[in-house]
Amino acid sequence: MSDTVRRKGRTGYLLMLPGVIWLLIFFLIPFYSLVAASLYDPSGSDIDGYQMTYHWGNYWDALVQYGKPDGWAPADWSPLIRSLVYGGLATFFCLILGYVLAYAIAFKAGRWKNLMLVLVIAPFFTSFLIRTLSWKLLLADDGWIVNTLQFLHILGSDGHLLATPVAVVTGLTYNFLPFMVLPLFASIDKIDYRLIEASNDLYANPLVGFFKVTWPLSLPGVVSGTLLTFIPAVGDYINAELLGSTSTRMIGSVIQSLFTEANDYPAASALSVMLMILIIGMVLLYVRRAGTEELL
Amino acid sequence: MSKASEETTTTVSEGADFDGLRMRALTKEFARFTAVDSLDLDVPRGSFFALLGPSGCGKTTTLRMVAGLEEPTSGSITLAGKEITRAKPYQRPVNTVFQNYALFPHLDIFENVAFGLRRRKVGDVDSQVTAMLDLVELGSQARKKPAQLSGGQQQRVALARALINHPEVLLLDEPLGALDLKLRRSMQIELKRIQTDVGLTFIHVTHDQEEAMTMADTVAVMNHGIIEQMGAPADLYENPTTTFVANFLGQSNLIEGRIKGRDGGLVRVDMHGIDVSIPAARAHTEGDLGWIGIRPEKVLIGDPGEELDAPGNSIPGGVVTDVSFVGVSTAYLVKMPWGQELQVFQQNTGHRRLYSTGEPVELSWRPDYAFLLDHAQDADAGAQKKDEL
Repeated sequence: MSDTVRRKGRTGYLLMLPGVIWLLIFFLIPFYSLVAASLYDPSGSDIDGYQMTYHWGNYWDALVQYGKPDGWAPADWSPLIRSLVYGGLATFFCLILGYVLAYAIAFKAGRWKNLMLVLVIAPFFTSFLIRTLSWKLLLADDGWIVNTLQFLHILGSDGHLLATPVAVVTGLTYNFLPFMVLPLFASIDKIDYRLIEASNDLYANPLVGFFKVTWPLSLPGVVSGTLLTFIPAVGDYINAELLGSTSTRMIGSVIQSLFTEANDYPAASALSVMLMILIIGMVLLYVRRAGTEELL
Repeated sequence: MSKASEETTTTVSEGADFDGLRMRALTKEFARFTAVDSLDLDVPRGSFFALLGPSGCGKTTTLRMVAGLEEPTSGSITLAGKEITRAKPYQRPVNTVFQNYALFPHLDIFENVAFGLRRRKVGDVDSQVTAMLDLVELGSQARKKPAQLSGGQQQRVALARALINHPEVLLLDEPLGALDLKLRRSMQIELKRIQTDVGLTFIHVTHDQEEAMTMADTVAVMNHGIIEQMGAPADLYENPTTTFVANFLGQSNLIEGRIKGRDGGLVRVDMHGIDVSIPAARAHTEGDLGWIGIRPEKVLIGDPGEELDAPGNSIPGGVVTDVSFVGVSTAYLVKMPWGQELQVFQQNTGHRRLYSTGEPVELSWRPDYAFLLDHAQDADAGAQKKDEL
């Protein structure tokens, strides 16, 4: 008896081994060098080499330069604040759109369910970059969307969409929607429809029934969907680069240009580590508030 | 079958002051079939009513229409004279105990039971829920989640959650189907006790004829969307009017017979050369041919020529082909001269000897126990296959 238990335990470790090795090589070691780079002497360069001086000031400098807003007006926001706001907005829109879609697929699609799920992930058949570039065409100043909005006087005659925050948030919402829909669908699809019938039978009208039964039962999907959307959306730079302008820069673009253009490795690393800690902190707080600790 | 539905309508009491649940010409058509076909049904207030039938007979659809979870294609449902045919489920004073209980997994037992009261903004939730949980003997489990309870306990929570709202009609959709046999028997008694205590109208949907007969005062046997026969359990069992009821409720021997004449209170039938007579009240056919029905436990078995205590119909020439000793009784299969095998149940009183395979025997029954059914009906309708028993 105890022998089989021990053998089962050993099998578990063996099964974990490939994943652990993979993460060790491709996550833990790079992460270590990222943290190390964030503490290099900022006066070095990638040509002359860096000195490890445990320069904690890198964090403070990066925070002051890219984290502290110049004012309350959106134009004065720092890239860090802007990323959190854009990521938050995109997550919110994804949640609204995704919940309705996932609910419809789970409960109303009938035999079209599988086809609709395939359609949800169909955008992945094309590259992320290509899809975002097409949005650039769609939102262009002489594109039909801008023309229509101008015709309807929703947009002024000299108004435009490209290079505005609207374009960036729209792009983020579009690109991360499937990451919201799939976990939501998995959660909603698991809900026994008879529970909803039972709530109606027990004097809950459809709206009350939704908030008392469907919504709480779908919370695991809401939490994982918002995390899967928010985390990559905050760190994303493609949408801000392609659909935005210099005044819509997000933290991802800053990190990217610090690494590849300014070659300021210490500042770029310090920003990356800070973003990671910030997001982990927010996730922990969020998951605790939602009462779904068992997800972690 | 047309005769059966005719009879149903005659048992329905007329009058606008009827204060129970009334269905008139209730029909539900789905894309491919008609689940419920012009159903007329009256369920008196305070009765324990069972809808009995095989799966797919329309009983659950009927129940769901009463609950408001399914919209009727046509027809009407009234409750105490008030039309509720198209009322929303949350607007009608009807509650359901669902087949798999449908307890809210995210709420504890207390909140599950309190759900209906909270939605209706009834005051004094705490004491009502506590009292209800005591009634179903779950007071100590109030703060547990449904998944932490056993099947029998979950069943009681589902019952409490519906009962606490004092619905005018309580619908039970195969409520005991998921329980094991022993628990089912004790819950049957429990349910019956609670129904008597609270005096509400219970409509119980089941495919288990024993369950329907033990619990209900009135049983309606449903098949293919219509009610075949309705009445007190004993009446249905003793005097079935269709072959479906005869086979679905217990077992029956159905033997072909030619009707020779009807005089006075008796119908005389020629059964493969033997004259048998059946009381007119138990004859349910107008034609020249009929099925003579007799329950296996009403058939006596004896040696050829033996005087059996069943004056009237004595049928010689049988040969025992199968014996199964059950304990309280012995079940025989007896091959008759016309080739048919009849079932005989004999009580093991100790007064009669056991027969073995191959022995010649004589069968006998009292004419008042036999019944006569329409020959146009399928003699195997409603018969359960051996592996379903």
